[in-house]
Amino acid sequence: MSKIADHLGIHQHALNLRSQRNEVLASNIANASTPNFKARDVNFVQELQKHANHGPMRTTSSQHMTDLPSMSGPVQYRMPTAESLDGNTVELHVEQMQFAENVMKYEASLNFLNRKITGLMSAIKGE
Amino acid sequence: MMRLNTVASNLANARSTYTNPEDAYRSIKPVFATVYADRAAQTGIASVNVESFVRVEREPVAEYRPDDPKANDQGYVYAAAVDTDEEMVEMLDASRNYQNNIEVVTTLKALMMRTINLGR
Repeated sequence: MSKIADHLGIHQHALNLRSQRNEVLASNIANASTPNFKARDVNFVQELQKHANHGPMRTTSSQHMTDLPSMSGPVQYRMPTAESLDGNTVELHVEQMQFAENVMKYEASLNFLNRKITGLMSAIKGE
Repeated sequence: MMRLNTVASNLANARSTYTNPEDAYRSIKPVFATVYADRAAQTGIASVNVESFVRVEREPVAEYRPDDPKANDQGYVYAAAVDTDEEMVEMLDASRNYQNNIEVVTTLKALMMRTINLGR
């Protein structure tokens, strides 16, 4: 099983992160007119590097804190170019562009995975 | 959608008149609040909900219309405290946001369908 996982490589983690980022961006767009809502985003490069090198951090004790907002966490606050008067930092044009970009890259990752699986299948079938 | 509903109610009542200023219609506005998912600090996932509705603190405008059947002894009626320009702006903003959200849902749904068919 790990051989297959190795074959799929970084793309499985990339797809996971892209889908997580899609959810965050969708939350931002949903809260575009909620006062005092602060827009957030996933630091994609940083998160993917964690997977590339030594895997995600694990909690080995029930007393480990997992729900703390931190500077280096996966989800960070976005710095707005112009904050609106009601304290909302969602800038719809930014979110829309980021979302479109993320969807495109998600599809790219999906295509990579698809091709790899197709390659595996043809190797298994020996066609 | 709630926001569009309130705009519709407000605009529908924009031209109604009242004898007493206390009875006059005042525009209704929804108050949005963020609903955070579990472990929101880590995942950053949040939805939105209407927390409550408020009536704006605005005095109705007195108009001198002695021929109106609702006019008081001095010939004044009180028009509903609804700013139609403001409501139109509100409507545009609300419908754009609605479209945006629909677009996001449609895109994510298409992505999910493609992911389900992965490897076929």
